[in-house]
Amino acid sequence: MSTTTMPEAGATPLPPTDHRATISDRSRAERKLGWMLAGPAFVVMLLVTAYPILQAVYDSLFDYRLTDPDKRSFTGLSNYGVILTDQIWWTSLGVTAFITVVTVAVELVLGFALALVMVKAWRALRAPVRAAILIPYAVITVVSAFAWQFAFSADSGFVNSWFAWLPGVSADTDWFGGTWSALFVVCLAEIWKTTPFISLLLLAGLAQVPEVLQEAAKVDGATWWQRMWKVTIPNMKAAIMVALLFRTLDAFRVFDSIFVMTGGANSTETVSFLAYRQTISRLEIGLGSAVSVLLFICVILICGLFIKGFKVDLSQTRGE
Amino acid sequence: MTAREKWLWVVAGVVIVIYALFPVGWIVSLSLKSASDISNQQFLPSVVSWENYAQILSGDAAGLFLPALRNSFGICLIATAISCVLAMFAAYAIARLDFRGKKLILSTALAVAIFPVISIVTPLFNLWREIGLYDTWPGLIIPYLSLTLPISIWTLSAFFREIPWEMEQAAQVDGATTWQAFRKVIVPLAAPGVFTTAIIAFFIAWNDFAYGISLTSTSASRPVPAALGLFSGASQFESPNGPIAAAAVIVTIPVVILVLVFQRRIVAGLTNGAVKG
Repeated sequence: MSTTTMPEAGATPLPPTDHRATISDRSRAERKLGWMLAGPAFVVMLLVTAYPILQAVYDSLFDYRLTDPDKRSFTGLSNYGVILTDQIWWTSLGVTAFITVVTVAVELVLGFALALVMVKAWRALRAPVRAAILIPYAVITVVSAFAWQFAFSADSGFVNSWFAWLPGVSADTDWFGGTWSALFVVCLAEIWKTTPFISLLLLAGLAQVPEVLQEAAKVDGATWWQRMWKVTIPNMKAAIMVALLFRTLDAFRVFDSIFVMTGGANSTETVSFLAYRQTISRLEIGLGSAVSVLLFICVILICGLFIKGFKVDLSQTRGE
Repeated sequence: MTAREKWLWVVAGVVIVIYALFPVGWIVSLSLKSASDISNQQFLPSVVSWENYAQILSGDAAGLFLPALRNSFGICLIATAISCVLAMFAAYAIARLDFRGKKLILSTALAVAIFPVISIVTPLFNLWREIGLYDTWPGLIIPYLSLTLPISIWTLSAFFREIPWEMEQAAQVDGATTWQAFRKVIVPLAAPGVFTTAIIAFFIAWNDFAYGISLTSTSASRPVPAALGLFSGASQFESPNGPIAAAAVIVTIPVVILVLVFQRRIVAGLTNGAVKG
């Protein structure tokens, strides 16, 4: 039993040199047909991502702002120097990392609990629970961000009046006036919206844990906790890692919620929002491109960390 | 299962349903509050009022909301259609044929799926202004393919693996070419998977905010999420929260219904593409 993260056929492609001479007409035709069918999708994917990122790398080497396009000049890596020595970059990186770690950690625990309920619950409950869980997934991120912002806002919300009994909360508490309270609400909105996705991935992982192992452990007198830690979790490690990787990368790109809920005020700017603000608001194409490239590098580093550090195998072929 | 355990599961189920519905219920409730009631500090409106809906459908905010609704539908449908057609051919090749480069295609889909959207926005913003695609439908449809195509390829490849391919071979034995077998036998079998993939891809496009807010400037192409982000009150003293809530409800409820109707398939589609045993 193996776990894969991508649909992958059982047979691996032929190694490039050894078998070239023996490729039959039939497999040659098959390869040609394969590329004819898959080629357009492949080319489109490259055109809409590889080309723009290369353009961004190029633009990032220039001092170039749209308000003064004639003064465009080559400046080498100086844009990167400007960014990496600026406190704004490090603050936004810190905020992004904070949101990522907090939301992913909470979502993993919460999502696992949800998945367990869906697996173990009384049969009649499964359908309504699964239906309910899909609702946050179906709500647009911007709408979810507005819902949470309005709920916490001092003038149109209900949170302040409901939770006035808590220390530090009163009728006019301004949640979006401080960095940490604002980030708290942002994290809540993100967690609400994306936990269902992680729980569905974990649910699929749970389904792969062999029932026999559970029964064997039960017979041996293992407690519920022991079975969870020694049998269930080790057997679905691959599913957990894939869910973690996808959610981490997704959380690291957080943009919509920040735009809607805080607008980056009070040091709540994330890396994505910083790139947006440099490019779209300030029309600093050079600086904005450099931030974009740095964001891209961060994503690659996270991926590398997961794949090399945690041994997440994204290309494992199916055991057929 | 004992009666006590049964009750525990029921409680857990109720908690989950409340968790999922609470923010949606709140935005519906807020949308039904009148302007004077918006700041009543309560969850429910004192009196149910439809004025927010009137304002976005025929009032001051209609000029912002209705074109955005049209743009969102048009742009997302076209992007979904293009990526489904492209992904259908690619997924067939991946699921069915054995050829070198298959792994490369799937890895590319993965890389595109984890690509930070904002990193594409910056260069496109500049390029689109130069070649006249800024604030047009194609100017959004093209980048939306980067969102919809990878997930379509994955999901469809997973669905295509489940198809009984013997039928295709049977058709080929009967003298059909590979192409005929694909068109006459496989397409009807694959239709449910394609439909599910289309729904998932459509959601992803429908949910987009970063491209929408960055690559448009007028109601000629601005989609709903971006329009919501730019809503302001009829006057600077009026809170825009009510109309935003009403617009949010209008764009959310149909999608929620769609998800609930096709929930079984969507769950299969979302998980098949990512985790497969």
